[in-house]
Amino acid sequence: MSKTLLDKVWEAHTVRELSNGATQLLIGTHLIHEVTSPQAFGMLRDLGLKVLYPQRTFATVDHIVPTDEREEPFSDKLADEMIKALRRNCEEFDITFFDLRSGRQGIVHIVGPALGITQPGTTIACGDSHTSTHGAFGAIAFGIGTSQVRDVLATQTMAIRKPNVRRINVDGRLAPGVYAKDVILHIIRKLGVNGGLGFAYEYGGSTFDAFTQEERMTVCNMSIEGGARVGYVNPDETTFDYLKGRPFAPGNEEWSTAVTRWKSFASDPDAKYDDIVAYRTVDIGPTVTWGINPGQAIFIDEKVPAPEDLPEKDRATAEEAIAHMHLKAGKPIKGTKVDVAFLGSCTNARLSDLTEVARHLKGRKVKNGVKAIVVPGSQGVSQIAEKMGLAEIFREAGFEWRGAGCSMCLGMNPDKLIGDQLCASSSNRNFKGRQGSPTGRTVLMSPLMVAAAAVTGEITDAREVFTLS
Amino acid sequence: MSLEQITQVTGRAVYVPGEDIDTDRIIPARFMKCVTFDGLGEFAFYDERKNADGSEKSHPLSDPRFLGARILLAGSNFGCGSSREHAPQALYRFGFRAVLAESFAEIFFGNSTTLGMPCVVMARQDVLALAGLVEEDPALLVTLDLLEGKVTAADMDFKATLPDHAREALVRGKWDAIADLLENVPEIRRVAGTLPYFKTA
Repeated sequence: MSKTLLDKVWEAHTVRELSNGATQLLIGTHLIHEVTSPQAFGMLRDLGLKVLYPQRTFATVDHIVPTDEREEPFSDKLADEMIKALRRNCEEFDITFFDLRSGRQGIVHIVGPALGITQPGTTIACGDSHTSTHGAFGAIAFGIGTSQVRDVLATQTMAIRKPNVRRINVDGRLAPGVYAKDVILHIIRKLGVNGGLGFAYEYGGSTFDAFTQEERMTVCNMSIEGGARVGYVNPDETTFDYLKGRPFAPGNEEWSTAVTRWKSFASDPDAKYDDIVAYRTVDIGPTVTWGINPGQAIFIDEKVPAPEDLPEKDRATAEEAIAHMHLKAGKPIKGTKVDVAFLGSCTNARLSDLTEVARHLKGRKVKNGVKAIVVPGSQGVSQIAEKMGLAEIFREAGFEWRGAGCSMCLGMNPDKLIGDQLCASSSNRNFKGRQGSPTGRTVLMSPLMVAAAAVTGEITDAREVFTLS
Repeated sequence: MSLEQITQVTGRAVYVPGEDIDTDRIIPARFMKCVTFDGLGEFAFYDERKNADGSEKSHPLSDPRFLGARILLAGSNFGCGSSREHAPQALYRFGFRAVLAESFAEIFFGNSTTLGMPCVVMARQDVLALAGLVEEDPALLVTLDLLEGKVTAADMDFKATLPDHAREALVRGKWDAIADLLENVPEIRRVAGTLPYFKTA
């Protein structure tokens, strides 16, 4: 045996090889949301097709939901039309919908794992590139386009080429103030935003062994930012402990059989990889982006690079980035004024993210003039956070405590940057215009760094703002 | 379902410079608040083409010399970022029928192929040379030949490649996979039946 998890999951889900060399791959779990699914249902109707396995598709609403106004009809008519379309489609095709009033609504990549729908050794597809998040459970999970959403609805399969596998080893413990977010930003910085083209990333090493399930999700989430459509971690006791007792996880009677089966999917010790790279946590510090793609990142105490010092190919983008961000080459990024602090997104809006920030934020205040919002990843996260008193800590500090959704990660709801506001953001993309304003500026960082920015009003080192241990 | 066999794309070309052009740039998220893809064409590269007040910025797609171009020339990692099919849909509806670039992000590549819009890889210097030719003569006809694996313009040939599976799908009129996928539902059900988490109904 010398197979990777990817090999094994692929084999178990292959229906056949298509004549053009792609695989017809069975998709065990299909997740849908309101933005990339309506056209797919339209195509189904046009072709007179039904959903083959309605019980294997799960829906929620996340991208367009307002996080303050939760009553329908929404004042944004287009958003209102989209939620109604999804509700109608789910009813017509008999699909489970975690609707706004279900208590289970939230960002699709937070809802799936939290409900135990995401399981090891499975294939998962969703019309959203951050589907790679689910790889944290040892699933093969990837983002798909709307035509493929149609394919999965109609056939529970899709045509896809098997990727190569790059093993990414990270070893060591994270120093205080350094988080999973910094690990993935570092990996992307080193391998490039297109370094993962054609690869699935298998993350491992002592750092990942010690990571919680939620930390693994943060890393897998941003695989796509490194160009890898798939990212995964081999399932282990941490994974099984996380899943046990969740609503859609196997029950007590099936549990031990399920765990035995899940374990069998882990990559063999002598598995063959197409590439192997290694990093050490001692080389990773709190990281922030300075540019307009997630690979343009530096440690908080580094200076914004000068384009002329970069490889020829990166210079034009660096110049564009520095101009867009109103930064100065060769100057520290630390001290840059912040207008908005956004704590949210499928990268960093799980309970552990909010707990870690609240622990340090308690008793501190958001700087005057900074708009700070915290958007829990799901209603489930929100409910627990409120019970634990986290919401109160955030509110007292001056953060707005909002309802669950994608919110300001991509500004499809009313939460948008205005003009050229600069946002310290725990999200995953700093593309131009990403947060809803074409001239808006995004600096990606860990949740605690967002809190530090909120408290000081500038991009700063959380280790100097909070007492960490 | 019979689809066109896409073996050649001929038309005028336009070069949009830059590396890592992401799908948020190709179609800003706010234009995805829609339940059909109709009408997305006018929003292609919207924030690159327009100022906040709606006035025009200087952009190749707004340059009258390149109006009606069917072939888009681009840099590396074109289409990175989100999985939104709205991005290739917007380009297609803007009028493009092929994209020639140094490299493509994977999801964008797949989404474009499924629309029958070939994404073809060319060497950096060839993209730049071609961009130079169309800048000199915007009316120049450029031909992508998928069978020959080349791009021809002004008596010059450039090597153009795409993975076999995508090339096959396009030239054989199988770029939309749905017909193939629907062919053997019993086999789908058989494989599903081997998976415990897959409660077959």
